[in-house]
Amino acid sequence: MAEHQSGAGSAAQKSGRPRKLVFKVVLLGESAVGKSSIVTRFTRDEFNQYKESTIGAAFLTKEIAIDASNTVNLNIWDTAGQERYKSLAPMYYRNAEAAVVVYDITQAASFERAKSWIKELQRQAEPNIIIALAGNKTDLADRRTVSKEEGAAYAATAGLLFFETSAQSGENVGELFVSLAKKIPWPAEPVASAAGAQSVNLAAGRSGNAAAQNDCAC
Amino acid sequence: MDEEYDVIILGTGLTECMLSGILAVEGKKVLHIDRNDFYGGECASLNLTQLYQRFRPGTTPPTELGRDRDYNIDLIPKFLMEGEGLVKVLVYTDVIRYLEFNAIATSMVLCQGSIYKVPSTAAEALSSSLVGLMQKPRARTFFNFLKNWNQDDPKTHEGLDLNRDSMAKVYAYFSLNEDTQEFIGHAMALHLDDKYKERPARETCDRVIMYANSAARAMEGKRDSPYIYPLYGLGDLPQAFARLSAVYAGTFMLNTPVDEIVCADDGSFAGVRSGDQVARAKIVIGDPSYFQDRVRKTGRVIRAICLLRSPIPSAKADSAQIILPQRQTGREHDIYITCLSEAQKICPKGCWIASVSTIAETTGDAKNEIAAALKLLGPIEQIFVSDSDVFEPLADGTKNSVFVSRSYDATSHFETVYEDVKDLYRRITGKDLVLQKRQPTA
Repeated sequence: MAEHQSGAGSAAQKSGRPRKLVFKVVLLGESAVGKSSIVTRFTRDEFNQYKESTIGAAFLTKEIAIDASNTVNLNIWDTAGQERYKSLAPMYYRNAEAAVVVYDITQAASFERAKSWIKELQRQAEPNIIIALAGNKTDLADRRTVSKEEGAAYAATAGLLFFETSAQSGENVGELFVSLAKKIPWPAEPVASAAGAQSVNLAAGRSGNAAAQNDCAC
Repeated sequence: MDEEYDVIILGTGLTECMLSGILAVEGKKVLHIDRNDFYGGECASLNLTQLYQRFRPGTTPPTELGRDRDYNIDLIPKFLMEGEGLVKVLVYTDVIRYLEFNAIATSMVLCQGSIYKVPSTAAEALSSSLVGLMQKPRARTFFNFLKNWNQDDPKTHEGLDLNRDSMAKVYAYFSLNEDTQEFIGHAMALHLDDKYKERPARETCDRVIMYANSAARAMEGKRDSPYIYPLYGLGDLPQAFARLSAVYAGTFMLNTPVDEIVCADDGSFAGVRSGDQVARAKIVIGDPSYFQDRVRKTGRVIRAICLLRSPIPSAKADSAQIILPQRQTGREHDIYITCLSEAQKICPKGCWIASVSTIAETTGDAKNEIAAALKLLGPIEQIFVSDSDVFEPLADGTKNSVFVSRSYDATSHFETVYEDVKDLYRRITGKDLVLQKRQPTA
């Protein structure tokens, strides 16, 4: 992500040209609270009630216009099920600018689990990470076991953005990500990947080969 | 976990995670278990607490070392080169998108008590004092021979058969002396000892060509060494392949003890038991630590992780490799030093982590075997020495569907790991590994 950021660095800002940044957003929460559904609703405006888990999508991207001239590309990382047995890799949290922690408003246990994910983020993620708490499944409000006030109160004490969403109807899903994107601070200077060391772009150096030859008998 | 899978994989080392990702992408239903609560097995990158737990159980890291999360210390030190097989797999599986690579600042070699920069190109080699004056034209002829070699054109072979003639014969043909041979065999082909000279020359020539290609790419990028390294440590490699596997529906269970490998009456694999749960599958893949009765010991590797407060005096850089060829230390095997720092995001500012590794030759104090390397490091604040057995499987697994990987060896690169992955894949599926280029999804 650093290369995109440096590409849209401070020179652009000074000259008033539009900037475009890429931010990493990670999703967390208990299984079956609707993490993948929220992303699918947001990035593709689709909802599939019977979808079991995400296969084949490493992460989904969505461009958001922050204002008249500036845009943000959100790279949204799904847990790919690795949260189920508490087997998320440290790589997942690393360098995430923002996180969405999801619970199911009809499952009080998932709200408790969300609180422990937030503690995990505070331990593992970047200290300045922006976190949003999302109480999902407002379409099932008649079966609600976590009140909106309860969610909002916890979010307020922990300093989180808070939304109640429905991946099914789309309620508040866009608002959630847009508010999150707007709250991420923009780097004033291009972010160098590391002091003095040279980064190596392996994928770019090989794209020519890969295009010419689709199979690799390694 | 009480379910039926196609494959159960035990241990989250790089070999296991690569196979996990490759098989999941092919549509296999994978269950992947590790007894540890972290990824990477024997090739994990550890934080401070994990490092102290492993090497000094019952003690906690001194507070002056700083925050736990700022450390990602490799248990097994290795570097990558752009031209090597593992990098191809990273690109073809698109796993590369999870990783960020930096160049290693400098590559050096010990020669007659002094440390020299390893020339990164043939041209540089010919101007380096490592290759003697009289040897330069001969070395040039040898490098040109490799450059022009075309398997299908016998005119380029100069009467040599690389598949049959030994490397010693090739050296003799080009009249290359011991010093030049050492440079080619140890600093470029990265052989650990001199046994390669008696093996067919093909292996060494391929490695020199791979080195030269990687070095040429590094030159294009204005980098000083052909070595590259993933930010946050080598432990990110297995993590990235694990994510690929999970994205293709692989199930991951860390912190899960493996209590029994369940076999059918005919000895073939049936399942894995953890506590009172049994997961069933057609085959199992795992590292030697899960199959202690199905492996044999082939040797020992000594590794020392050293925390420094300043860079290695002879290599004042954010990162370095120093090779101590066996002849230079009076040993049979080379000693490798790697040094990394904050620039690779493996430790905080003001800290350098040097790793020393070699194949054990005596049963005495491990530190004595690497003394020649340790004295090059300058003041050492903390040192963690390991002396690990290296295992290989007793059987190839095709009879009972139990496929055991090899331990990580003392080489400074990933070619042997990649060879093991290809070999296991062939034994498991009966076909050669052919990687399909994945279309980027985003």
